[in-house]
Amino acid sequence: MAEKKKMESTFFNMVLMLTVIALASSLTLSFTYIQTKDAIAAVQLKKTIEAIKKVVPEFDNNPYESRYVVEGFEGVEYYPAKKGDELVGTAIKTFAKGFTEDVVIMVGFDKDGNIVDTSVIKHKETPGLGSKMGDSKFKDQFKGKKPDPEKGINVTKDKGEIDAISAATISSRAFCKAINRAYKGLLKKEEK
Amino acid sequence: MNLKSELSRGFFKENAVFVLLLGMCPTLGVTGTAVNGLGMGLATTAVLVGSNIVISLLKNFIPDKVRIPVFIVVIASFVTIIELTMAAYLPELNDQLGLFIPLIVVNCLILGRAEAFASKKKLGESIVDGIVMGLGFAFALTLLGAVREILGFGSIFGVKFVAEEASTMLLFILPPGAFISLGFLTAFINKLSVKKG
Repeated sequence: MAEKKKMESTFFNMVLMLTVIALASSLTLSFTYIQTKDAIAAVQLKKTIEAIKKVVPEFDNNPYESRYVVEGFEGVEYYPAKKGDELVGTAIKTFAKGFTEDVVIMVGFDKDGNIVDTSVIKHKETPGLGSKMGDSKFKDQFKGKKPDPEKGINVTKDKGEIDAISAATISSRAFCKAINRAYKGLLKKEEK
Repeated sequence: MNLKSELSRGFFKENAVFVLLLGMCPTLGVTGTAVNGLGMGLATTAVLVGSNIVISLLKNFIPDKVRIPVFIVVIASFVTIIELTMAAYLPELNDQLGLFIPLIVVNCLILGRAEAFASKKKLGESIVDGIVMGLGFAFALTLLGAVREILGFGSIFGVKFVAEEASTMLLFILPPGAFISLGFLTAFINKLSVKKG
């Protein structure tokens, strides 16, 4: 079988081919990115709405569309849940530095400031330890509690009432910190 | 080329996982359930076929000294396309497979086939090779996933067949169980291949 002549590895050829391949790759990927951008955004939105549904009482508005931020509380997003014209609760996407990175949770308060429920959105805590913050055993402790306006809600080590996860104090504290941050912002907004 | 012998090659005689022992990282990492194994296997097959096609078409234009960087750019591009497509249209599977989708880039099965096959053979042969090796990989992952799911969860493809409170062999969902299952399956498949001759 006759050997097909391959392109020689001259400096010019190598630079040319690498440039051509890189350009072709960038074009293809840009095209794919543009095509999928909207669908990906829709998926993210759906996830946020579902997290909101888990933590506040029934509502009939679109909390995501009515979302707001509070000055001085960057990174925290507030999603008011309404039934008709009445506010039934506020879902809040909040965060705090955990053992590794930021822990992002969705916490829901009813209109009186009691915690309805929580949902972990993102975390990189130790599997089997800090990751247990998503388990009912830990997070159900927060249900129905109203954080102290000054001290917030804390683990027993910090003179609070929450039992931390064994061997995961830092993760447990981060969970409380995130909720306290959200609550302080909520109070600030209600002051206005 | 004989379709039956090609399939037999990809699924048994030269199975990527059980015989060539390539792509071990995703094999052990995502086969907690049969569905995850199948999903990963099919995503890898898509990348493998795509990259085999492009590399086979370009084989006479790629200067030998830069062939590895070129292969990797091509493979990484296909993986990114698959990643974006899954994030947009298959979000649950995407969440389950997580970090392992981008890791398809370093699945040595794909780079291995590019180097050993697609860069040397014609387009038609490369496509077939991509399909049979990819499906053989998917077969291996689905099989391993099924074994681990049955023993570890008491279900198959998400359908539970034991009582809700029944205790299952959780070991098989964890890393040690992955290695144990893989070892037994590898021995079993190789024994079968030897018998077939």
